[in-house]
Amino acid sequence: MAQICTMIPVAKEVGSLRAIASGGIVSPTGNPELAPEKEKEFRRELILRALKILQEEV
Amino acid sequence: MGAKIRVVHYLNQFFAQIGSEEKGDAGPGYKPGAVGPGRALEQALGANGDVVGTIYCGDNYFAEHEEAALGRLLRQIADCQADLLIAGPAFESGRYGVACGAVCQAAQARFGIVAVAGMDERNAGAALFRKSVYIVDSGPSLARMTAALQRMAGLGLKLARGTPLGKPEDEGHLARGIKRNEFAAKPPAERAVDMLLAKLRGDSIQPEITPPQFTSAKPAPPLSDLSSALIALVTDGGLVAEGNPEKMAPGRPTRFTSIPVTNLERLDPAAFDVVHSGYDTMLANQDPHRLVPLDTMRELANEGVIGALYEVIHATGGAHAAVENATSIGRQIAARLKAAGVQGVILTST
Repeated sequence: MAQICTMIPVAKEVGSLRAIASGGIVSPTGNPELAPEKEKEFRRELILRALKILQEEV
Repeated sequence: MGAKIRVVHYLNQFFAQIGSEEKGDAGPGYKPGAVGPGRALEQALGANGDVVGTIYCGDNYFAEHEEAALGRLLRQIADCQADLLIAGPAFESGRYGVACGAVCQAAQARFGIVAVAGMDERNAGAALFRKSVYIVDSGPSLARMTAALQRMAGLGLKLARGTPLGKPEDEGHLARGIKRNEFAAKPPAERAVDMLLAKLRGDSIQPEITPPQFTSAKPAPPLSDLSSALIALVTDGGLVAEGNPEKMAPGRPTRFTSIPVTNLERLDPAAFDVVHSGYDTMLANQDPHRLVPLDTMRELANEGVIGALYEVIHATGGAHAAVENATSIGRQIAARLKAAGVQGVILTST
């Protein structure tokens, strides 16, 4: 499992070691400051990072 | 009795009267004197101290920009020339509790200032900071605000004056893991036998040490072939079908939903809602992909980056989840995913 969240120290404290930084508390896989197309690109990059860490040792 | 202690009080945006969840992104700020619950703090301090200023920060801003927030807050603390920092109490609010612990830890390290935070023992901030920061256990209920502030003020004054402290349970703060030698009336062999005899009689015993808590399961080994893997999306951000037909609670979850997404290329905001009392759900409601990235996963599946996307999204609303319930929900979801042959999960959390 890869977790996308904001409070990474909390995630790691409870054993979620594949935790990566989200787009924010209110938009974990989004960034509302970006135009819609750019936001989709942002989301894609984030998911690719999550999929990458699934393939790594922790 | 000595000079009046100068106290600075840290609050989040809600208690500092900036606004509620919608103001979670408020940056750090300062208000002179006591604000909101700071008035109860001042009463608790009595003639011993004054709340010279209140510093605050939005809970989301702190979580997302901790270094920048701490920089500004520490400058405010320096300007106040405070002897004592009181943070919270945050009760069960996780972001607020983490911020309280972090501000206290940073201020202690930078200035050597005396600091006391308050929050429920189960707050995430307690797990992270109890060893380095004095944390008063406020319990979960806001109704105990005054009682919590009284204990925080009492402990803070003792620390500021260098009064030696007794045991954590007597002083009212969480144990910090500090060991101090003391002489006992009986030698350890006798105490151990007394304890064993009491246990055999069925009497309750008071252990002298706390066994260590072990964390959860080991992480899974790395995924070996992503392009053939079945990947599932799970969230604790409160995604539900439009109208919340299963009546999922906005907080304190005891169950989860299973949302089928077969043949759905995207999450239409008209067909889904976000129900969660712990964050401002407006942006996620506008575009649910900001919480559950179905659109991206479909693209990646179509491109062959992943083998396939699992056709069910398991979701719960994680606000103020009791640890036992969260653990149970997690185990149940994991069991279902394993039974379905899912090999990897992306969990999206607020």
